[in-house]
Amino acid sequence: MEIAAPPLLEVQDLSVSFANTRAVDSISFRVEEGETLGLVGESGCGKSTTALALMRLLRDASLTGRAWLDGVDLIGLGEAEMRAMRGSQVGMIFQDPATALHPMVRVGEQVAEVLDAHLSLSRAETKARTVELFRKVGIAAPEQRIRAFPHELSGGMCQRVVIAMAISCGPRLLLADEPTTALDVTVQAQILDLLRGIAGQSRAGMVLITHDLGVVAGMADRVAVMYAGRIVESGPTDQIFAHPLHPYTAGLLASIPQLDSGWDEPVPTIPGSVQDKGAGSGCPFAPRCSLASMECRTAPPFLAAGGGRMVACWKAV
Amino acid sequence: MADALVEDVAIEAPRRLGPFKRFMRHRLAFFGVVIIAILLVGAALAPWLAPFDPDDIDIVNRYAPPASPGHWLGSDDLGRDVLSRLMFAGRISLSVGIAAMLVTVVVGFAVGASAAYHGGWVDAALMRFTDIMLCFPSVFLLLFVAAFVPPNLGSMALMIGLTCWMEIARIIYAQILTLKQTDFIAAARMVGAPAWRIIVRQILPNSMAPIFVAATLNTANAILLESYVSFLGYGIQPPEASWGNMLTNAQSAFQVDPWLAIFPGIAITLAVACFNFIGDGLRDALDPKVRD
Amino acid sequence: MRRFILHRLLQAAILLIGVSIIGFALMHLAPGGPLAVYTLNPTVTSQDIERVKVLFGLDQPVYVQYLKWARGLLTGHWGFSFFGGQEVRVIVLERLPATFLLMGSSMMLALVVGVSIGVLAAVRRGSGFDYATAIMAMIALSLPTFWFGLLAIFTFAQTLGWFPAGGIASATDAGLLDRLWHLVLPMSVLAFVLVAQWSRYTRSAMIEILSQDYIRTARAKGLASGTVLLNHALRAALAPLITLAGLQLPLLVGGALVTETVFSWPGMGLLFINALNTRDYPILMAILMVGAVVVVLGNLLADILVALVDPRVKLHG
Repeated sequence: MEIAAPPLLEVQDLSVSFANTRAVDSISFRVEEGETLGLVGESGCGKSTTALALMRLLRDASLTGRAWLDGVDLIGLGEAEMRAMRGSQVGMIFQDPATALHPMVRVGEQVAEVLDAHLSLSRAETKARTVELFRKVGIAAPEQRIRAFPHELSGGMCQRVVIAMAISCGPRLLLADEPTTALDVTVQAQILDLLRGIAGQSRAGMVLITHDLGVVAGMADRVAVMYAGRIVESGPTDQIFAHPLHPYTAGLLASIPQLDSGWDEPVPTIPGSVQDKGAGSGCPFAPRCSLASMECRTAPPFLAAGGGRMVACWKAV
Repeated sequence: MADALVEDVAIEAPRRLGPFKRFMRHRLAFFGVVIIAILLVGAALAPWLAPFDPDDIDIVNRYAPPASPGHWLGSDDLGRDVLSRLMFAGRISLSVGIAAMLVTVVVGFAVGASAAYHGGWVDAALMRFTDIMLCFPSVFLLLFVAAFVPPNLGSMALMIGLTCWMEIARIIYAQILTLKQTDFIAAARMVGAPAWRIIVRQILPNSMAPIFVAATLNTANAILLESYVSFLGYGIQPPEASWGNMLTNAQSAFQVDPWLAIFPGIAITLAVACFNFIGDGLRDALDPKVRD
Repeated sequence: MRRFILHRLLQAAILLIGVSIIGFALMHLAPGGPLAVYTLNPTVTSQDIERVKVLFGLDQPVYVQYLKWARGLLTGHWGFSFFGGQEVRVIVLERLPATFLLMGSSMMLALVVGVSIGVLAAVRRGSGFDYATAIMAMIALSLPTFWFGLLAIFTFAQTLGWFPAGGIASATDAGLLDRLWHLVLPMSVLAFVLVAQWSRYTRSAMIEILSQDYIRTARAKGLASGTVLLNHALRAALAPLITLAGLQLPLLVGGALVTETVFSWPGMGLLFINALNTRDYPILMAILMVGAVVVVLGNLLADILVALVDPRVKLHG
């Protein structure tokens, strides 16, 4: 049972619907100050949609539910107020740094824009802050680099710029949507280190969205596993990795190829695909679940399972 | 209000094309097809359908306004029936348009395909030539040539065709360059198929889509060009009627009978618009990449 | 950058050489050749024709003739009018400003109106406005310009009397206001077709751009929607729009010819038509060449501007 320090971010029954499809189905989670929550799941499970919903960047989507950031409900906020929050209170880091930056604007200017939008600084101060931010995210020779165009920088450097943009105004919450997926493996590690450092320094909370469990293992304090728009399990990272409660989580962990498994041993997979989610009101994972039975025709509720863990499965525990 | 403007900016989930828009698109193309069909039928069957002989001079009844007895669209300065003349003029104008389009397609395809297929200096020479031709405003070129060539349906079609093939050449060139990289072309070459056969049997069917689109748009353009050249007096010569030369005396006739200038212009606009609609519709229907 | 400009200049020069060759070929391929006006004249004897041939250097090998002619073009010796005997260069250049005035003002008008419509249609995609402007654009592109001009004269000049029916200035008063008054109708008629092209092109370019990641990033930074639209979206659209301006030049020049005919506008186009009536070769050739040169130089300028605007271009040259 948590002691009641109000969480930095509290999401309650958030649903996102496009036309007639529910991309995110009544999810709830919280992020504490200074904590990193890993949001994992396969492609199409709704994790990116969740982040974009929190930023209110979705078009043609209807949102229900609540998401309190420091007591302010992001979902119910008017557009003008939300715009004030974006970039200043909530920062987002996108997946593909090459396309996330404007190809015709110098990178320093792109970072300075955030500062100009939310803070009233003189030009000199803005420039100084920008250089400082570049240095903070590990870009060497920042005074020269601020005049570069995105195509002149490597993928890793571009992502550092994106991170600089996101943290420029000292946001309370960082949403990192697959920040390393588009990068080379060696660069991935560097960026993750950078993120870890930044998260550690400030008191910001971070939601780290990824499909890569390895990334989560190294970075996240707690994990929420998403499947077909729902959170099926959440809890402290080490516990989830050690003792997954939901069959899907177990399947995910089992499908990570191990260094010591024989090269001719088949890599375990979860049969079926996300499209096989149960129609109607049953558990969405039931069609692919080896433990499914009659009671899985009713959607299991998301319940506490002790030790700060929550799971939505009749077969858990 | 500015906020509402950009509310609609960020797109996350794949957006299904609004059914309204798609239906409208199709409806326009369909409308185009119907109208063109009517025009073509009217033109083709003009000798049987037209109420009068287009050259029937009837000075007594000249400048009759539309909805006069017998003359649905009125009569012109020599008493000739406007509707009949429009129909016969349609034969000419539409024929020139379509024939010119055929010339542009044949020439354009020949140039573009040869350049793309053979590569090397043939490619360079042909495409440079295409670039150079594109520098001349086609109206200038066309008029220059039309002034020296006795104008009739055939020569008009040829001249217009020879000044408008460049765009198709470029389209084909790009298409074939892409196709050249594909495996099935490599396979055909390995088997030893001669170049012309590969072009005709393999490449042609696969580049149909952009050809069709360009062809319809070229027809539209050709009709416009013919009308202008005929209007100036360098195209179809009176008494043979084309929609363009029916407008030649329009400027002076405006005072007496403005209707004489209205109907041929409407006919031209209608025909051209329909071909444009069809071309647009084809482009949407045949190009998988176009999302709207 | 300098290399880029040099490279483009070279390409333009080659193009111009090619243009001159084609022009020369046209002149000699026309029935009767450059002496058509004489050979078709029954009162001219064959000895006269021979004399004229030698006089004009037409007895020399073709390539020599071409070189002489080309050199003449470059040095401003464009020959003499067959009718009147004045220097072609003088006659043509005298008419140039009027045509440029018409072309320039129409282009400006079309740009402002067309781009605005296109942007609005893209932002309000699928709306009634979007649909209505699309239909109007289609119709505008189908209208024969000369007919539209005639209708405009009939409606606004003859019936309503708001504007003069033609000419560049009144015989009595040629002040600025009078000239503007004469400019309105022809400029609007010519601009009409151009507006249609600009609006459609801008619309599709904007739709493409607005779906790009960097626009989403801009919104995620909390920038005002106007800023996003202007600084980010339109900036990205500049390059394709400038390219369109270059590609539109042949249409603009041709359209100017048509408009000048209808409005008796004393520019190069009207001169061309008059020269056509008298088969005045030297003038016809000169105008044809000037038209082509304008197109080539215009595209060159557009290319350079694009390189200035889009920093990625210089890489691929």
